[in-house]
Amino acid sequence: MDELPIQSGDDVVRVRQFVRNAAADNGLSLVDQTKLVTAASELARNTLVHGRGGAARVETVKSANGRVGIKLYFTDEGPGIPDIGLALTDGWTTGTGLGLGLSGARRLVDEFELTSKPGAGTSVVVVKWSR
Amino acid sequence: MDVDGTSERMAAYLRDHHDKVVGRWSELVVAGVRGRTSREEVRRELEDLYTLVVRVLSGADDHAAGELTAALDELSRGRARDGFTPSETALGVFSLKEAVYELVADSAELVPEYLALTRMVDDLGLRTFETYSVTREQIISDQATAMLELSTPVVRLWDGIIAVPLVGTLDSARTQLVMEKLLDTLVATGADHAVIDITGVPTVDTEVAQHLLKTVSAARLLGAECTISGIRPQVAQTIVSLGIEFGDIATKATLADALALALRQAGLKVVPA
Amino acid sequence: MERVPILKIGEILFVSIQIDLQDDTVIRLQEDLADELGATGAHGVLIDITAVEIVDSFIGRMLTTIGSISRLFDAETVLVGMRPAVAITLTELGLSLGGVRTALNAEKGLELLNGKS
Repeated sequence: MDELPIQSGDDVVRVRQFVRNAAADNGLSLVDQTKLVTAASELARNTLVHGRGGAARVETVKSANGRVGIKLYFTDEGPGIPDIGLALTDGWTTGTGLGLGLSGARRLVDEFELTSKPGAGTSVVVVKWSR
Repeated sequence: MDVDGTSERMAAYLRDHHDKVVGRWSELVVAGVRGRTSREEVRRELEDLYTLVVRVLSGADDHAAGELTAALDELSRGRARDGFTPSETALGVFSLKEAVYELVADSAELVPEYLALTRMVDDLGLRTFETYSVTREQIISDQATAMLELSTPVVRLWDGIIAVPLVGTLDSARTQLVMEKLLDTLVATGADHAVIDITGVPTVDTEVAQHLLKTVSAARLLGAECTISGIRPQVAQTIVSLGIEFGDIATKATLADALALALRQAGLKVVPA
Repeated sequence: MERVPILKIGEILFVSIQIDLQDDTVIRLQEDLADELGATGAHGVLIDITAVEIVDSFIGRMLTTIGSISRLFDAETVLVGMRPAVAITLTELGLSLGGVRTALNAEKGLELLNGKS
């Protein structure tokens, strides 16, 4: 598994490129690659801006019936998300979803898991499978 | 897999009688295969499996079990793809027991060893059934995808006007494919108008309407205007009763009406020759 | 930090995004465009995103904001060359680029802008 630091805007760009290559190398379609990288961009930015910096990990996974997928982990030790329900509402397009882009990212991936406690940081794990 | 003296003794026995057992096993399997695989091919496959079985029984190394299941899965997948029934594949595996039995039948002292072998072979045979299911499911899924591809044509009606005649249900998988094909065609043809015809879509419920709206949104992001045609009377009633709003998307009863609208919007007129 | 260049061609400000956009670059572009619109009185802004592989919420919001800013200067914004994969992703995200018109390519985008003036 590869670990990438997220401490600057440059790092977010680097995460995008890394995820793009991983998705392409594992046979995800162009549309699926774009969706995954866009989700990664949202989550990386979140980690940087709200999580005050953290890290991303990229893993290649295999499902029970042999499909290949990309699993991304975003973790930070920031202030955490006080109201997860609110954070996941569809408000970000109008800017009222706390600007977190989490709900958007969730729609773009196949599996989405968010763990966060105020004061104990945030962890988001997502998976996108090839078809 | 308990590796006490019993299994190791069986392993030794199998090693000593290698040629005889594999030979007989081959014969039995070839009879079941009925010419669909060559004798040499069968012999080769069984030799590999036999060696792995012996290694597992002798408890010699940790990798053997993993390699055996991998080899068995490979064999099973191949058979499934070649149209063998799962029983045929499993019986082929089970016949190893018969081949060994014919040799040990007279020597009563190998009974516990033989039992150890049969337990193992039964597990292997059952495993081939599972692999068969998984493989067939993958084949069905691949065929479904291929059918989806074939049933989503995008046609050029006129300069700058393309049409997507949808036939069958519009689920999310289909919608993804429709969007991809529609947008790729917009780029390839430089069209600025798309007509999505839903005459062949049996039911239009809220979900289908969402999919249509998504498709139109995507096309608009590429600067194309869209018209939805093929609204049948019953469909119109369902749409209204469900409270579905198509907003500013033009809708027409027939493809012909939609084409007329698109031509008008393009500043074109059809006149008698 | 890389800066996205803005070209003035007649009454149109032309922006072609060729790089992987960092948040700072995006903010800078917004500011630069506002400056140019004020300074030149241009009637239209054409943003070419043919080379852009990812449009996330931040970039999407920038594009909408640019549209709003342009309107304040009585200019119209047209976004051209969006890639199919990007369009499909944006639709899935539910992002609406309110107030920004779109066209398939720069040529059609210019037709739109010139049709207006």
